[in-house]
Amino acid sequence: MTGTQKKLDLAVRGALWFGPIRNEGKGDAKGGKPRKGGQPQKGQLVDVFVAKGKIVALTPAGSLDLRAAKEIDAGGRVLLPSLTDVHVHLREPGQEYKEDIASGLGAAAFGGFSNIMCMANTRPVNDTASITEFMLDQARKSWPDGPRLFPIGALTKGLKGQELAPMAELKDAGCHAFSNDGRPVESTELFRRAMEYAHDLGIVVIDHCEDPYLAPAAGMNEGEVSSRLGLPAQPDVAEAIQVARDVLLAEYLQTPIHLAHISCEKSVALIRFAKARGVNVTAETCPHYLTLTEEEAAGYSAGAKVSPPLRVKGDVDALLDALADGTIDMLATDHAPHAAHEKEVEFDQAPCGISGLDTALSTTWELVRAGKLPFDAFVRAWTTAPCTRFGLPVNAFAPGDTADFVLFDQDAVWTVSAESMKSKSKNTPLYGRQLRGRVAAHFLAGKMVVGIPSAGA
Amino acid sequence: MQWKHKDLLDVSQLSADEVRHILATAAYFREINSRPVKKVPTLKGRSVVLFFAEPSTRTKTSFDMAGKRLSADTFALAKSGSSLVKGETLKDTALTLQAMNPDGIVIRHSSSGAAQFLAERLDCSVINAGDGRHAHPTQALLDALTLSRHWKGDFAGKTVLILGDIAHSRVARSNVILLTKLGARVRLCGPRTLMPPRLDTWPVEVFSDLSAACKGADAVMCLRLQLERQQAGLLPDLREYARTFGLGEGHMRLAAPGCCVLHPGPINRGVEIGSALADSAESLILEQVENGVAVRMALLFLYLTRKSPDAQVMGQSGMPE
Repeated sequence: MTGTQKKLDLAVRGALWFGPIRNEGKGDAKGGKPRKGGQPQKGQLVDVFVAKGKIVALTPAGSLDLRAAKEIDAGGRVLLPSLTDVHVHLREPGQEYKEDIASGLGAAAFGGFSNIMCMANTRPVNDTASITEFMLDQARKSWPDGPRLFPIGALTKGLKGQELAPMAELKDAGCHAFSNDGRPVESTELFRRAMEYAHDLGIVVIDHCEDPYLAPAAGMNEGEVSSRLGLPAQPDVAEAIQVARDVLLAEYLQTPIHLAHISCEKSVALIRFAKARGVNVTAETCPHYLTLTEEEAAGYSAGAKVSPPLRVKGDVDALLDALADGTIDMLATDHAPHAAHEKEVEFDQAPCGISGLDTALSTTWELVRAGKLPFDAFVRAWTTAPCTRFGLPVNAFAPGDTADFVLFDQDAVWTVSAESMKSKSKNTPLYGRQLRGRVAAHFLAGKMVVGIPSAGA
Repeated sequence: MQWKHKDLLDVSQLSADEVRHILATAAYFREINSRPVKKVPTLKGRSVVLFFAEPSTRTKTSFDMAGKRLSADTFALAKSGSSLVKGETLKDTALTLQAMNPDGIVIRHSSSGAAQFLAERLDCSVINAGDGRHAHPTQALLDALTLSRHWKGDFAGKTVLILGDIAHSRVARSNVILLTKLGARVRLCGPRTLMPPRLDTWPVEVFSDLSAACKGADAVMCLRLQLERQQAGLLPDLREYARTFGLGEGHMRLAAPGCCVLHPGPINRGVEIGSALADSAESLILEQVENGVAVRMALLFLYLTRKSPDAQVMGQSGMPE
């Protein structure tokens, strides 16, 4: 192989491999041909070679004698494909004191994310091409090499739930999905029309499932803790009823639907039912629903106030099972930054939301290490499933894949603090806690956007 | 007993012995309140802020009187007269109050958890005078004093029925905890629409039929029905509520002999309690008000002198029991 004429840009040597990683969305086309240098095995050290931003080869360490313009010693760190987050709130334009596109993408870069889909509930709302173009422009200016930003357009004008947004214009401007996230559409008739209209454009609708009448008090689960604390709360059926509505509509209309931040067992059961009937439904859940319960709010900690609310252990277990068996397709952070002064108020006055980009990889990798989430499901949920559903670049380490990957220091212990978080807002119930596992280096299309000297930069 | 708590957020913080100590101290102050001159110099030079961010007349007056009878300086800060209406956050109000160095703050607030929020940020004692739907520990303690006097201190085996809007009631939450702690059995009765979720995790028996709930009860505690529950779709109307859950003299005949009636006030005559029953011999409603001042004197005394062992020993030596 020394005779290869291919000009390589990057070689990362000696990374720890947990593979194989299958890109289910592309079929098995890439898997047919034997890899150069042999198939790496789980637990082996591997070398990755990159040219022109694409993967050239992934081989057992030292098995291919290739040279590259840039050489990185991975030092045995874990090699992971970069994550994709289809649900973040970047607050720009309008609420830059909470987050802006530059700081949000910074949190994404350091958190291990290559693709970010940002929700439309900015001020003004992302319901016209000029707002979408502004967002894309801000992203290009602040992080020219990525993470890549894929805006989500408003489903209805101003998110008011009264008239359809100009979805064709938004699509042309660069929107990759439509959603009314944050303000669920009350009218089922209008929601139906939105699904139909979006389908003509080949764009998936994302729904925040919450019956606005049954769930006037967001952010706290109706259950033992709310009962004890005397907090207004919403029951899990407020979410599940809307999930049922959406999957029935999707089946009837023969249109796709994506369900945002699923938090409870009842929704899982309904999604499983819909998938068995062949409904074109995908669903996401968030790291906090897999790791925390309503008990986080027991001391009236507004950091744990999130919509939908943290549920109970039975829901956590059901969501983990659903991720493992694919009923829940993907993970997303629902990164929802809020300033400290907005959260440091009475619980019922605080806004809902958890800042999640900085901590998501660490907390979900911990689930893999604990045996609660299979590695395959982790990779599918953070990479292939979201990228396939929303048409984003994906890396399964097959030749030709976009070279987005991280070197992950899985034993690094760090404290969630104002200094360690890149997001402008530090509103997370994990604040002050110790987490394990950090991104040591992050490559996007073969360029190192995050790196530490010890990674060999 | 040397008092070790900085704040009174709810009765769940207190041991049964501590509760009995509060009640004994209150009984002592109750005696002082029957003297011609009701003022003692115990808290001379200490200041107490009465921070009532929610309308209240009786609790605020009760605390004010309790403080003044102990010679403390009391300062009332109502929501209408405070910067809260000007958009100041609770945190900033707390820091402002802190800077004035009071010895204690009594807080009434519409948000559950507001007292804890304040306590976590202030060095002085915080006494919860009712936070949202969460807790009303001083009400529960004055109810306990009232029942204790009625039952000569023996709560064991007694059955207390709490009747009405449990879901929105901080009085009910604190009373369930306190009465259980003292050895009584608690029943709850009211329409399902006014019950909190997951009552299976509460140490109570739940009834939807008032007559069944009253059978054998040793005390019935009526709760005030807020008239806005009807507009929120939780009740058809007051007439229907009164005929289903209004406590009348007929119910008392089903109860145990000597059964008494309590109500935290203000009462809606003819809604949650029959007018004649409210004025009857079984009714301890006015004694509750009287005991309220004594309990709040005891609490101000214990919490504000907790760092002065001498004061507490001197205080205790003059007390019965």
